[in-house]
Amino acid sequence: MADEVLRAPLVLEYPFTRTTGAVIGAFLTGLREGVVLGVRRSDGSVMCPPLEYDPITSESLSELVPVSTTGTVETWTWNGAPRPQQPFSRPFAWAMITLDGADTPLLHGVLVDGPDQMRTGMRVELEWRLQREGHITDIAGFLPATESASGSPGAVPAGVEEVRSVRTPIRMEYTYTPGRALSQYLRAMKDRRILGDQCPETGQVFVPPRGVSSIAGKATLPDLVELPDTGYIESFNITRVPIKMRPDLTPPYVSAWIVLDGASVGFMGLGMNVEPEDVRVGMRVRAVWKPDDELEMSAQNILGWEPTGEPDEVIDDYSRVGRPQDAGGS
Amino acid sequence: MRDVAVVAFAQRQEPRIDTESEVEFMVPLMNEAKDAVGLTQQEIGFTCSGSSDFLAGQAFSFVMTIDGTGPVPPISESHVEQDGAWALYEAWVKLQCGEVDTALVYSYGKSSPGSLRDVLATQMDPYYVAPLWPDAFAIEAMAARLLLERGVVSEQQLAEIASRSRAHAASNPHAIRTTPKSAAEILAEDYAVAPLRPSDLPASADGGAVVVLAAGDRARGLCERPAWIRGIDHRSDAHTLGVRDLTRSMSARIAAEKAGVGTDRIDIAELHAPFSTSEAVLSTALGLGDDTVINPSGGAQAAHTMMASGLIRIGEAAQRISRGEADRAVATAASGPCLQQNLVAVLEGE
Repeated sequence: MADEVLRAPLVLEYPFTRTTGAVIGAFLTGLREGVVLGVRRSDGSVMCPPLEYDPITSESLSELVPVSTTGTVETWTWNGAPRPQQPFSRPFAWAMITLDGADTPLLHGVLVDGPDQMRTGMRVELEWRLQREGHITDIAGFLPATESASGSPGAVPAGVEEVRSVRTPIRMEYTYTPGRALSQYLRAMKDRRILGDQCPETGQVFVPPRGVSSIAGKATLPDLVELPDTGYIESFNITRVPIKMRPDLTPPYVSAWIVLDGASVGFMGLGMNVEPEDVRVGMRVRAVWKPDDELEMSAQNILGWEPTGEPDEVIDDYSRVGRPQDAGGS
Repeated sequence: MRDVAVVAFAQRQEPRIDTESEVEFMVPLMNEAKDAVGLTQQEIGFTCSGSSDFLAGQAFSFVMTIDGTGPVPPISESHVEQDGAWALYEAWVKLQCGEVDTALVYSYGKSSPGSLRDVLATQMDPYYVAPLWPDAFAIEAMAARLLLERGVVSEQQLAEIASRSRAHAASNPHAIRTTPKSAAEILAEDYAVAPLRPSDLPASADGGAVVVLAAGDRARGLCERPAWIRGIDHRSDAHTLGVRDLTRSMSARIAAEKAGVGTDRIDIAELHAPFSTSEAVLSTALGLGDDTVINPSGGAQAAHTMMASGLIRIGEAAQRISRGEADRAVATAASGPCLQQNLVAVLEGE
């Protein structure tokens, strides 16, 4: 019977803050002050939202001009269910809107109850958010307006502080699936077993397994091999500076490169139950596991690596990682 | 110009590949393509790949995938954060330089772990557009409305495009949307993202593709009928949607001119057109006539593997030439919202 596919939630976040430059900064400053600015191009037309260059002619642009808060829908589509990060709390229409006084459209939402209230060419008026900070979402959206509605361009008050940066956080949610070799490795971890995979050409053993031998450029053998939870430290460092994201680690601590007995490659582990000053290359170590009732399908089951007290490993073969001479290659 | 040809092609596309990691499903494809021409990795002059770690959220997955080539001893390689067609272009340039005679090109995409519609919002303008998180289908739907309301294309024509994609896909083992549907049946579908219907949208896939390129007599020695790249060019429209005319593709038109599409008849066209609307825009930009069979594979609508769909178009066209089913073909690859960037390649048999 095939095992069920392992799945785990994975969230990526990028807390970007971007610098704006003069033109985008002026536009965002305008939004905060309740004014929409465009930029004049060399043919006299006005681009809104403005850029510091003309995407067609590549000329530098800098002449900012206020445009109106009313405009016309050029095209649109209906967004039935707002997605988590969209700044709209109920169904809305996406629309390209050319504001009066501008010649290019901007993208935003039109806040109507259904697609039957939308049509190309309809007049809309900008709805400001009450709390504004200099961000495209200072515009809450657009509302339908009468044919004759016309907003006034307004002007940015002199002497206000200019927007120089903007928060643009990105958050993306995934469901991670580990694939063939790593799934077997993770399942075995729950039983306190460490699995590696084997190069079909050289017999070298890789742990953790990745399903592929980079030596051969081929899939590793389908049957994984079990390794003991003992090995030696091939290299290490002592960290004396705390890391913000790892409050559980109290300096000084040892990060060690562990080579398990029978493995051809090492991996990173934490030194445990040893004074950092006593750690040395070749020191024999064994895994310190979580208690049995806390074991999960996770490499975090191994809390760290402690000395076994055995005599040090004599490392006389640093070539084991590369392609063995007798296996071909050049 | 040096004669450079596609001499091998391998692909895999499935709705979802969740039992293999990216490198695990790419290794068999790489070996299938290399074995087809009897080349080992160490005999290949240059390797170039295309992928985006944003799709599956796997940081440095492209580095792990290079392991699948067998890069020991170290190989000459490069990577683009683009569809594999642009990796092929880089390899073609390398071959033109005369430094190497063979190249391996691959690309892959595993979009199923995330929400591709949302991930693609991150390629938009980071100040004005991305913070609103417009999904990729909504952006295309707005372009579609412009096409329809300005009379560039009709809903009937879009339905016919979608219907033909399904009909052609029925004989493609790598296609996903293979159930036939008439244009009338498609017109009866409720809108998915108005004015686009479900059949107008791409059938999303996980997968990848591998191409082997070779120059001159090396190509003739590796393959009975190489598919010669007679012209290749890529162009980009502006990033700002508001300054573009979304009812036409200037970049595809210029790339097609530079690649020499119009200098002779075209038997088949494999267009990287994820939406029915994209195919309408591309056919016009390339000036294709009724004597050209469009998307005999079903195209990117029938199976859309982000980052590999463009390379697959080149591979599909090349395979038909190598099998003797066509003498002259055009393949395109697209990137960015509403066909922002386009690569056009003209392939010929000898």
